[in-house]
Amino acid sequence: MQLTVSIYRYNPEVDNAPRMQDYKLEIDENLDLMVLDVLIQLKEQDPSLSFRRSCREGVCGSDGVNMNGKNGLACITPLSSLGKGKVVVRPLPGLPVVRDLVVDMTQFYIQYEKVKPFLINDSKQPPAREFLQSPEERANLDGLYECILCACCSSSCPSFWWNPEKFIGPAGLLHAYRFLIDTRDTATEERLSDLDDAFSVFRCHSIMNCVSVCPKGLNPTKAIGQIKSMLLQRAV
Amino acid sequence: MVTSQADVKRNGVQDYVSLRTTAAIIFAFSVFMAWFFISTDNITFIEWHGLFSGILMKVFTLATLVSIMIHVRIGLWQVLTDYVKSTKIRVVVQWVLNLIAFAYVLVGLFVLWGV
Repeated sequence: MQLTVSIYRYNPEVDNAPRMQDYKLEIDENLDLMVLDVLIQLKEQDPSLSFRRSCREGVCGSDGVNMNGKNGLACITPLSSLGKGKVVVRPLPGLPVVRDLVVDMTQFYIQYEKVKPFLINDSKQPPAREFLQSPEERANLDGLYECILCACCSSSCPSFWWNPEKFIGPAGLLHAYRFLIDTRDTATEERLSDLDDAFSVFRCHSIMNCVSVCPKGLNPTKAIGQIKSMLLQRAV
Repeated sequence: MVTSQADVKRNGVQDYVSLRTTAAIIFAFSVFMAWFFISTDNITFIEWHGLFSGILMKVFTLATLVSIMIHVRIGLWQVLTDYVKSTKIRVVVQWVLNLIAFAYVLVGLFVLWGV
Protein backbone atom coordinates (compact mmCIF):
# COMPACT_ATOMS: atom_id res chain seq x y z
CA MET A 1 0.00 0.00 0.00
CA GLN A 2 1.30 3.42 -0.89
CA LEU A 3 1.01 6.04 1.81
CA THR A 4 1.26 9.75 1.13
CA VAL A 5 2.63 11.85 3.95
CA SER A 6 2.66 15.62 3.79
CA ILE A 7 5.21 17.13 6.15
CA TYR A 8 5.83 20.72 7.21
CA ARG A 9 9.32 21.67 6.14
CA TYR A 10 11.21 24.75 7.23
CA ASN A 11 14.91 25.29 7.58
CA PRO A 12 15.49 28.94 8.51
CA GLU A 13 19.06 28.77 7.16
CA VAL A 14 17.85 27.86 3.65
CA ASP A 15 14.11 28.52 3.31
CA ASN A 16 12.46 31.92 3.09
CA ALA A 17 9.12 30.50 4.17
CA PRO A 18 7.72 27.19 5.42
CA ARG A 19 6.31 24.72 2.87
CA MET A 20 4.54 21.35 2.87
CA GLN A 21 6.44 18.50 1.22
CA ASP A 22 4.75 15.30 0.06
CA TYR A 23 6.47 11.95 0.49
CA LYS A 24 5.41 8.54 -0.82
CA LEU A 25 6.06 5.44 1.21
CA GLU A 26 5.35 1.77 0.46
CA ILE A 27 4.07 0.06 3.57
CA ASP A 28 2.77 -3.42 4.31
CA GLU A 29 -1.03 -3.30 4.41
CA ASN A 30 -1.11 -5.75 7.34
CA LEU A 31 1.07 -3.53 9.49
CA ASP A 32 -0.37 -0.71 11.59
CA LEU A 33 2.72 1.45 11.90
CA MET A 34 3.05 4.29 14.34
CA VAL A 35 3.54 7.75 12.85
CA LEU A 36 7.05 7.84 14.33
CA ASP A 37 7.94 4.65 12.42
CA VAL A 38 6.80 6.38 9.23
CA LEU A 39 8.87 9.48 10.05
CA ILE A 40 11.95 7.34 10.68
CA GLN A 41 11.48 5.58 7.32
CA LEU A 42 11.04 8.94 5.60
CA LYS A 43 14.24 10.21 7.19
CA GLU A 44 16.03 7.34 5.47
CA GLN A 45 14.65 8.71 2.17
CA ASP A 46 15.45 12.30 3.07
CA PRO A 47 18.09 12.73 5.82
CA SER A 48 17.40 16.48 5.99
CA LEU A 49 14.01 15.84 7.62
CA SER A 50 14.18 16.87 11.30
CA PHE A 51 12.07 15.75 14.24
CA ARG A 52 12.58 14.89 17.91
CA ARG A 53 12.20 11.43 19.35
CA SER A 54 13.73 9.44 22.15
CA CYS A 55 11.97 6.63 24.03
CA ARG A 56 9.56 5.79 21.16
CA GLU A 57 7.01 4.41 23.64
CA GLY A 58 5.05 7.42 24.93
CA VAL A 59 7.12 8.06 28.04
CA CYS A 60 9.59 10.83 27.22
CA GLY A 61 7.22 13.24 25.44
CA SER A 62 9.81 14.26 22.84
CA ASP A 63 7.86 13.57 19.66
CA GLY A 64 4.77 15.71 20.17
CA VAL A 65 3.54 16.77 16.71
CA ASN A 66 0.31 17.76 15.03
CA MET A 67 -1.08 14.86 12.97
CA ASN A 68 -4.06 15.50 10.68
CA GLY A 69 -4.92 18.55 12.78
CA LYS A 70 -4.66 16.98 16.22
CA ASN A 71 -1.70 17.09 18.58
CA GLY A 72 -0.30 13.82 19.88
CA LEU A 73 2.80 11.72 20.33
CA ALA A 74 3.98 10.28 17.00
CA CYS A 75 5.34 7.15 18.72
CA ILE A 76 1.99 6.00 20.10
CA THR A 77 -0.30 7.23 17.32
CA PRO A 78 -1.10 4.37 14.89
CA LEU A 79 -1.74 5.24 11.27
CA SER A 80 -5.13 3.51 11.54
CA SER A 81 -6.28 6.18 14.04
CA LEU A 82 -5.71 8.91 11.44
CA GLY A 83 -8.20 7.53 8.96
CA LYS A 84 -7.63 6.79 5.31
CA GLY A 85 -5.89 9.10 2.88
CA LYS A 86 -3.02 11.50 3.18
CA VAL A 87 -1.34 11.96 6.55
CA VAL A 88 -0.44 15.57 7.30
CA VAL A 89 2.22 16.15 9.94
CA ARG A 90 2.98 19.60 11.26
CA PRO A 91 4.94 20.91 14.27
CA LEU A 92 3.06 21.66 17.49
CA PRO A 93 1.08 24.87 16.86
CA GLY A 94 1.70 28.09 18.74
CA LEU A 95 5.39 27.44 19.38
CA PRO A 96 8.23 28.90 17.27
CA VAL A 97 9.63 26.41 14.76
CA VAL A 98 13.34 25.68 15.05
CA ARG A 99 13.39 23.41 12.01
CA ASP A 100 10.80 21.15 10.33
CA LEU A 101 8.90 19.40 13.17
CA VAL A 102 11.21 20.67 15.91
CA VAL A 103 9.76 23.52 17.99
CA ASP A 104 11.29 25.89 20.50
CA MET A 105 9.72 25.00 23.85
CA THR A 106 11.35 27.79 25.88
CA GLN A 107 8.07 29.63 26.55
CA PHE A 108 6.43 26.38 27.63
CA TYR A 109 9.24 25.68 30.13
CA ILE A 110 9.21 29.28 31.41
CA GLN A 111 5.54 28.83 32.35
CA TYR A 112 6.27 25.42 33.87
CA GLU A 113 9.06 26.93 35.97
CA LYS A 114 6.68 29.62 37.30
CA VAL A 115 4.58 27.08 39.19
CA LYS A 116 7.61 25.88 41.19
CA PRO A 117 7.19 22.22 40.20
CA PHE A 118 8.85 20.77 43.26
CA LEU A 119 7.86 19.96 46.81
CA ILE A 120 8.24 22.85 49.24
CA ASN A 121 8.22 21.89 52.90
CA ASP A 122 9.38 24.34 55.54
CA SER A 123 8.53 22.22 58.56
CA LYS A 124 10.92 22.82 61.43
CA GLN A 125 11.63 19.15 62.06
CA PRO A 126 11.77 17.23 58.80
CA PRO A 127 11.41 13.46 59.14
CA ALA A 128 14.62 11.49 59.33
CA ARG A 129 13.91 9.45 56.20
CA GLU A 130 10.96 10.64 54.12
CA PHE A 131 7.62 12.49 54.17
CA LEU A 132 4.99 9.81 54.46
CA GLN A 133 1.44 9.98 53.05
CA SER A 134 -1.60 7.83 53.62
CA PRO A 135 -2.82 5.83 50.59
CA GLU A 136 -5.80 8.22 50.36
CA GLU A 137 -3.55 11.29 50.32
CA ARG A 138 -1.36 9.67 47.70
CA ALA A 139 -4.41 8.79 45.59
CA ASN A 140 -5.15 12.53 45.23
CA LEU A 141 -2.09 12.81 43.00
CA ASP A 142 -3.32 10.23 40.52
CA GLY A 143 -4.20 11.81 37.19
CA LEU A 144 -1.76 14.64 37.88
CA TYR A 145 1.74 13.27 38.36
CA GLU A 146 1.63 11.27 35.10
CA CYS A 147 2.17 14.37 32.91
CA ILE A 148 5.28 13.96 30.75
CA LEU A 149 5.50 17.60 29.59
CA CYS A 150 5.10 16.81 25.90
CA ALA A 151 3.33 20.19 25.41
CA CYS A 152 0.54 18.65 23.31
CA CYS A 153 -2.02 20.28 25.63
CA SER A 154 -0.55 23.77 25.96
CA SER A 155 0.16 24.02 22.23
CA SER A 156 -3.46 23.10 21.44
CA CYS A 157 -4.86 25.75 23.79
CA PRO A 158 -6.02 29.02 22.14
CA SER A 159 -5.53 30.89 25.44
CA PHE A 160 -1.88 29.78 25.42
CA TRP A 161 -1.50 30.76 21.75
CA TRP A 162 -2.68 34.32 22.41
CA ASN A 163 -1.00 34.87 25.79
CA PRO A 164 1.96 32.46 26.06
CA GLU A 165 3.89 34.84 28.28
CA LYS A 166 1.02 35.40 30.76
CA PHE A 167 -1.17 32.28 30.81
CA ILE A 168 0.55 29.34 32.53
CA GLY A 169 -1.10 26.84 30.20
CA PRO A 170 -2.73 23.47 30.94
CA ALA A 171 0.49 21.50 31.52
CA GLY A 172 1.90 24.02 34.01
CA LEU A 173 -1.43 24.32 35.82
CA LEU A 174 -1.81 20.55 36.05
CA HIS A 175 1.55 20.49 37.82
CA ALA A 176 0.57 23.48 39.95
CA TYR A 177 -2.50 21.60 41.21
CA ARG A 178 -0.43 18.47 41.75
CA PHE A 179 1.62 20.39 44.35
CA LEU A 180 -1.32 22.42 45.70
CA ILE A 181 -3.06 19.25 46.89
CA ASP A 182 0.06 17.40 47.97
CA THR A 183 -0.31 17.01 51.76
CA ARG A 184 3.47 17.15 52.17
CA ASP A 185 3.68 20.60 50.59
CA THR A 186 3.47 23.61 52.93
CA ALA A 187 3.55 26.41 50.34
CA THR A 188 -0.13 26.30 49.33
CA GLU A 189 -0.76 29.95 50.22
CA GLU A 190 2.37 31.13 48.39
CA ARG A 191 1.50 29.04 45.34
CA LEU A 192 -2.07 30.43 45.23
CA SER A 193 -0.78 34.00 45.62
CA ASP A 194 1.50 33.46 42.64
CA LEU A 195 -1.48 32.33 40.53
CA ASP A 196 -3.91 35.00 41.72
CA ASP A 197 -4.17 37.36 38.77
CA ALA A 198 -6.33 37.77 35.69
CA PHE A 199 -4.12 35.74 33.35
CA SER A 200 -2.19 32.88 34.99
CA VAL A 201 -5.24 30.68 35.68
CA PHE A 202 -8.34 32.62 34.69
CA ARG A 203 -7.38 32.79 31.01
CA CYS A 204 -8.58 29.19 30.84
CA HIS A 205 -12.08 29.27 29.32
CA SER A 206 -12.58 25.49 29.58
CA ILE A 207 -12.23 24.95 25.84
CA MET A 208 -10.94 21.45 26.72
CA ASN A 209 -8.62 20.99 23.73
CA CYS A 210 -6.05 19.94 26.34
CA VAL A 211 -8.24 17.06 27.50
CA SER A 212 -8.96 16.02 23.93
CA VAL A 213 -5.27 15.76 22.94
CA CYS A 214 -3.50 14.58 26.12
CA PRO A 215 -1.69 11.36 25.13
CA LYS A 216 -1.73 10.22 28.75
CA GLY A 217 -5.49 10.68 29.12
CA LEU A 218 -5.17 13.39 31.78
CA ASN A 219 -7.68 16.15 32.47
CA PRO A 220 -5.97 19.55 32.88
CA THR A 221 -9.32 21.40 32.61
CA LYS A 222 -10.56 19.66 35.76
CA ALA A 223 -7.34 20.52 37.61
CA ILE A 224 -7.64 24.16 36.50
CA GLY A 225 -11.25 24.21 37.73
CA GLN A 226 -10.03 22.99 41.12
CA ILE A 227 -7.41 25.76 41.25
CA LYS A 228 -10.11 28.33 40.40
CA SER A 229 -12.21 26.95 43.27
CA MET A 230 -9.26 27.19 45.65
CA LEU A 231 -8.63 30.80 44.61
CA LEU A 232 -12.32 31.56 45.03
CA GLN A 233 -12.50 30.00 48.51
CA ARG A 234 -9.38 31.92 49.48
CA ALA A 235 -10.95 35.21 48.37
CA VAL A 236 -14.25 34.89 50.24
CA MET B 1 2.08 36.28 39.04
CA VAL B 2 1.31 38.71 36.26
CA THR B 3 1.76 42.16 37.78
CA SER B 4 2.52 44.38 34.80
CA GLN B 5 -0.45 44.54 32.53
CA ALA B 6 -0.62 47.26 29.93
CA ASP B 7 -4.12 47.99 31.09
CA VAL B 8 -6.10 48.76 34.21
CA LYS B 9 -5.30 45.84 36.51
CA ARG B 10 -8.04 43.31 36.76
CA ASN B 11 -8.75 40.82 39.49
CA GLY B 12 -9.14 37.29 38.18
CA VAL B 13 -11.36 35.97 40.97
CA GLN B 14 -13.57 39.07 40.90
CA ASP B 15 -13.98 38.85 37.11
CA TYR B 16 -14.73 35.12 37.36
CA VAL B 17 -17.49 35.69 39.92
CA SER B 18 -18.85 38.79 38.15
CA LEU B 19 -19.10 37.01 34.80
CA ARG B 20 -21.08 34.15 36.30
CA THR B 21 -23.43 36.19 38.48
CA THR B 22 -24.22 38.61 35.65
CA ALA B 23 -24.74 35.65 33.30
CA ALA B 24 -27.24 34.19 35.77
CA ILE B 25 -29.21 37.47 35.87
CA ILE B 26 -29.16 37.80 32.05
CA PHE B 27 -30.29 34.17 31.73
CA ALA B 28 -33.11 34.68 34.24
CA PHE B 29 -34.31 37.77 32.35
CA SER B 30 -34.16 35.89 29.01
CA VAL B 31 -36.18 32.99 30.44
CA PHE B 32 -38.72 35.41 31.93
CA MET B 33 -39.14 37.26 28.62
CA ALA B 34 -39.43 33.98 26.72
CA TRP B 35 -42.12 32.87 29.17
CA PHE B 36 -43.94 36.21 28.68
CA PHE B 37 -43.95 35.84 24.88
CA ILE B 38 -45.07 32.20 25.05
CA SER B 39 -47.76 32.70 27.67
CA THR B 40 -49.29 35.89 26.24
CA ASP B 41 -51.68 35.22 23.36
CA ASN B 42 -51.93 38.64 21.86
CA ILE B 43 -49.18 41.09 22.69
CA THR B 44 -50.39 44.64 22.25
CA PHE B 45 -49.14 47.95 23.58
CA ILE B 46 -51.42 47.50 26.64
CA GLU B 47 -49.75 44.21 27.68
CA TRP B 48 -46.28 45.54 26.92
CA HIS B 49 -46.95 48.74 28.89
CA GLY B 50 -48.47 46.76 31.74
CA LEU B 51 -45.44 44.47 31.94
CA PHE B 52 -42.95 47.31 32.32
CA SER B 53 -45.12 49.49 34.56
CA GLY B 54 -44.41 47.50 37.69
CA ILE B 55 -41.50 48.67 39.83
CA LEU B 56 -40.20 45.08 40.17
CA MET B 57 -39.99 44.72 36.39
CA LYS B 58 -38.24 48.08 36.11
CA VAL B 59 -35.65 47.00 38.69
CA PHE B 60 -35.25 43.57 37.07
CA THR B 61 -34.73 45.13 33.64
CA LEU B 62 -32.29 47.70 34.97
CA ALA B 63 -30.37 44.98 36.84
CA THR B 64 -30.18 43.03 33.57
CA LEU B 65 -28.92 46.07 31.66
CA VAL B 66 -26.25 46.72 34.29
CA SER B 67 -25.35 43.01 34.20
CA ILE B 68 -24.95 43.18 30.42
CA MET B 69 -22.67 46.19 30.84
CA ILE B 70 -20.46 44.39 33.40
CA HIS B 71 -20.49 41.17 31.36
CA VAL B 72 -19.54 43.05 28.19
CA ARG B 73 -16.79 44.98 29.98
CA ILE B 74 -15.07 41.84 31.30
CA GLY B 75 -15.79 39.64 28.28
CA LEU B 76 -14.56 42.15 25.74
CA TRP B 77 -11.47 42.89 27.82
CA GLN B 78 -10.66 39.17 27.63
CA VAL B 79 -11.35 38.99 23.89
CA LEU B 80 -9.40 42.17 23.13
CA THR B 81 -6.36 41.14 25.19
CA ASP B 82 -6.35 37.91 23.17
CA TYR B 83 -6.63 39.36 19.70
CA VAL B 84 -5.52 43.02 19.79
CA LYS B 85 -1.84 43.14 20.67
CA SER B 86 -1.34 46.89 20.21
CA THR B 87 -2.01 48.49 23.59
CA LYS B 88 -3.00 51.86 22.08
CA ILE B 89 -5.57 50.33 19.70
CA ARG B 90 -6.88 48.04 22.42
CA VAL B 91 -7.40 50.85 24.90
CA VAL B 92 -9.26 52.96 22.32
CA VAL B 93 -11.47 50.05 21.15
CA GLN B 94 -12.14 49.08 24.76
CA TRP B 95 -13.08 52.63 25.68
CA VAL B 96 -15.49 52.93 22.74
CA LEU B 97 -17.14 49.56 23.45
CA ASN B 98 -17.45 50.34 27.17
CA LEU B 99 -19.01 53.67 26.29
CA ILE B 100 -21.57 51.93 24.06
CA ALA B 101 -22.38 49.46 26.85
CA PHE B 102 -22.83 52.36 29.29
CA ALA B 103 -25.04 54.19 26.76
CA TYR B 104 -27.29 51.12 26.60
CA VAL B 105 -27.79 51.34 30.37
CA LEU B 106 -28.50 55.08 30.26
CA VAL B 107 -30.96 54.78 27.36
CA GLY B 108 -32.60 51.83 29.07
CA LEU B 109 -32.93 53.86 32.24
CA PHE B 110 -34.73 56.70 30.43
CA VAL B 111 -36.95 54.30 28.49
CA LEU B 112 -37.89 52.34 31.61
CA TRP B 113 -38.76 55.32 33.70
CA GLY B 114 -40.65 56.82 30.78
CA VAL B 115 -43.14 53.95 30.87
